[in-house]
Amino acid sequence: MVRKTIRNIPQERAFMPVQDPEARAANFDEVALGFDEAAALLESERCLMCPEPACIAGCPVSIDIPGFIEKLLKNDYRGAYDRLTDSTLLPAVCGRVCPQEEQCEGVCAVAVSGGLEPVAIGRLERWLGDKAIAEGWHKSRHIEPARFRVGVVGSGPASMACAADLAKAGCEVTVFEALHAPGGVLRYGIPEFRLPNSVVDAEIGQLETLGVEIKCNTLVGRLFTVEQMLSEMGYDAVFIGAGAGTPKFMDIPGENLNGVLSANELLTRCNLMHAGDFPNYDTPLGLGKRIAVIGAGNTAMDAMRVSLRLGAEEVHCVYRRTELECPARAEELHHAQEEGIAFHWLTSPVELLGDAEGNVRALRCQRMELGEPDESGRRRPVPVEGSEFDFEADTVVYAIGTSPNPILGQTSKIRLNKWGYIETDETLATSLAGVYAGGDIVTGAATVILAMGAGRKAAESIRQYLGIRDSASVY
Amino acid sequence: DIVSSDFPIVTRTDFSDTTFLLEILHPAMAKAAKPGQFVIVMVNEHGERIPLTIADFDRQRGTITLVIQAVGKSSREMQAECRVGGTLFGMVGPMGIPSHVSDAKKVICVGGGLGVAPIFPQARAFKENGAYVIGVVGFRSANLIFWEHKFRSVCDEFIICTDDGSAGLKGLVTQGIEGAIAEHGDIDEVVAIGPPIMMRACAEATRPHKIKTMVSLNPIMVDGTGMCGGCRVRVGGRIKFACVDGPDFDGHAVDFDDLMQRLKRYRPQEQQSLEQWDENCRRLQMAPADAAGHGSK
Ligand SMILES: Cc1cc2nc3c(=O)[nH]c(=O)nc-3n(C[C@H](O)[C@H](O)[C@H](O)COP(=O)(O)OP(=O)(O)OC[C@H]3O[C@@H](n4cnc5c(N)ncnc54)[C@H](O)[C@@H]3O)c2cc1C
Ligand SMILES: Cc1cc2nc3c(=O)[nH]c(=O)nc-3n(C[C@H](O)[C@H](O)[C@H](O)COP(=O)(O)OP(=O)(O)OC[C@H]3O[C@@H](n4cnc5c(N)ncnc54)[C@H](O)[C@@H]3O)c2cc1C
Ligand code: SF4
Ligand code: SF4
Ligand code: FES
Repeated sequence: MVRKTIRNIPQERAFMPVQDPEARAANFDEVALGFDEAAALLESERCLMCPEPACIAGCPVSIDIPGFIEKLLKNDYRGAYDRLTDSTLLPAVCGRVCPQEEQCEGVCAVAVSGGLEPVAIGRLERWLGDKAIAEGWHKSRHIEPARFRVGVVGSGPASMACAADLAKAGCEVTVFEALHAPGGVLRYGIPEFRLPNSVVDAEIGQLETLGVEIKCNTLVGRLFTVEQMLSEMGYDAVFIGAGAGTPKFMDIPGENLNGVLSANELLTRCNLMHAGDFPNYDTPLGLGKRIAVIGAGNTAMDAMRVSLRLGAEEVHCVYRRTELECPARAEELHHAQEEGIAFHWLTSPVELLGDAEGNVRALRCQRMELGEPDESGRRRPVPVEGSEFDFEADTVVYAIGTSPNPILGQTSKIRLNKWGYIETDETLATSLAGVYAGGDIVTGAATVILAMGAGRKAAESIRQYLGIRDSASVY
Repeated sequence: DIVSSDFPIVTRTDFSDTTFLLEILHPAMAKAAKPGQFVIVMVNEHGERIPLTIADFDRQRGTITLVIQAVGKSSREMQAECRVGGTLFGMVGPMGIPSHVSDAKKVICVGGGLGVAPIFPQARAFKENGAYVIGVVGFRSANLIFWEHKFRSVCDEFIICTDDGSAGLKGLVTQGIEGAIAEHGDIDEVVAIGPPIMMRACAEATRPHKIKTMVSLNPIMVDGTGMCGGCRVRVGGRIKFACVDGPDFDGHAVDFDDLMQRLKRYRPQEQQSLEQWDENCRRLQMAPADAAGHGSK
């Protein structure tokens, strides 16, 4: 085989169709349509098969990227999928939602030393993940039952990954979810046009195939405590993946006006409760015509693009820093701009103004400029004196971050850090013996792949804690 | 099986044409529930998540009791569809911080409208704690009264107020409170549950006497787990999430105007939803009132 160099690989990325911006702004169908087989093979040709692959180091769960691409190139798709899923539980999800430009693709040699677009690693993963769903591939358990019972709190990506690994290690696993449907943010947060519910359902279905039992409508802490799971309910270990969850507000005047809501509320009403289909579904949304979303992360992008699809005439993003500091995935920002969302950088609200009926009618904003760098290394926005101006909006959505959900802290002796997140050591063990935690409830709001990685790491620690021999090579 | 995945309805009682009781089998919840907590219920897959106070729980029978006022689409649909032998699509709880049952020696427990049932477990808890309990409950008229003997069994004094004077005291619950305060100089605490306007009136009635007054707030909720912020209320000038920071708060610190304003947020949609539902019922030649009649025992 000719050794691949930057000169003899396809210079352009393989084509991936995307729904036309104008059409897609009016529907909830997927925006990025994914590769077909020919495109996946063509794109795979672009990988240089680096002897020391930077991409693996860039992936939080160290997926053997050239390894799976090599199998893909040999048309061994099942083999490629198996290699991929040695490290990730959710390829169809992460392939769609990972911030690849900051992780695997951000350090890919094709881009870093070759100056071309990096190998589209995420899109290849998505293609394999979707193929696995279509073909019904899954990894079955090969392990003798370990006769241990593990309880898992929450059903987001951290919990799903932990539950899968423990089930494969022979444990009897029960997942408890407070909402009436499982999946965490994948279900209630990330909208259909980025991550279809059918994909989430398929991944949950995989868990059930592994024998994991999922109990919804179960609020741990209040229905029973974490301590009771160990003492009375007979669980040998517990994993907590409760997510960060609680939305932040700014504490400026007017925040309780009607028409002011968190992005979580908007997205939950829409994604979990189907408010877009009101009154066929009972949950209303009551969205206005001119929407202002405060913040510019993934949550903000989702809230804006959902608003657009639900018939808003104008959608505006108000963000106190610049496009450079915008924390959303590059692809989402790009898609949002294409769909016609207006961005107001270096702008921050100081007050929300209402009408006589108590509905929001405008934001009073202030212009900002960038000052000295702050702890995060980003230049701190500072208000420009006397720059206030009013900006009309009949719906104002907060997407400025989350704080930890308080329920487990209220109901358990588990140790929290000073910000209210669960404290763990490097094995993800908490202050309670046999109780492990991971994902957003430990790190604060992060990413799907980091949550999944934490779930797997905790599963490994739980295996050791329970004395189950290392079985990673067996399945 | 410690947690049920469906929620069988084992008893239904209709107190009037708008108020009805459902007893639901859920042994784990019956075991965990404490006064002041609530559940979130979904009637069917298309339904809303509606918060309802746990009006009673029976650890032996493994049940919890809800008392519901049919006011809009979802609650009327419950009235029409929930029958003994049927199940709810979803029910999660107990939610919220349990009421702090203080060591108060003499308390007034006040319930009005949809707050009559939920005040009962609180009155009982105070009684079990050795307090002298004065119950004050308000109804529009005598034919709507329910649970009188239940209340009498846990109250040292029990005052019924009716708007039209057809039973008990003619007037509002605040008159009952004022009467009780005048008679007993040593009330330690008042607990009031009902519509916001009533709770505000109760808080105003006790404010001059500086009697600690706890209220149970009922803003619009979605998840009930602290994840959406839809239930935010203003207490002492600060934003609180009623589902995880409450639902009980100091009535003298609550901004009731804010609460009432926010409860109006979905008026047009609530109206639309109800109209469409009525229309569907008519089309099925099944007026809601009849449907309710079928459901009762
Ligand atoms: C709108 C939005 C868009 C995002 N977009 C991206 C993206 O594009 N790419 C990306 O990588 N990341 C994205 N993220 C972040 C990512 O979704 C999260 O980091 C990830 O889901 C965290 O996973 P988790 O398992 O820790 O918790 P979650 O996904 O938050 O799941 C926690 C689950 O636990 C349940 N729970 C909580 N408390 C209890 C309890 N006491 N009892 C029972 N159940 C409980 C909750 O109901 C929830 O279902 C986004 C987040 C949001 C909100
Ligand atoms: C913590 C809590 C405990 C509650 N406990 C009970 C209970 O034990 N029994 C009971 O019957 N109801 C209770 N409620 C109120 C109940 O949730 C609402 O009545 C119900 O959601 C209305 O739904 P609907 O579709 O029937 O009416 P909608 O069409 O939604 O509303 C009809 C009318 O009811 C008013 N309303 C709507 N939501 C609420 C609300 N959350 N509180 C008060 N009024 C509202 C509206 O302003 C409107 O006028 C409680 C609410 C909370 C937050
Ligand atoms: S999981 Fe995410 S970071 Fe890792 S290789 Fe896949 S797309 Fe890249
Ligand atoms: S860094 Fe890029 S080119 Fe190198 S192995 Fe990884 S994906 Fe292939
Ligand atoms: S109901 Fe969603 S935070 Fe309270």
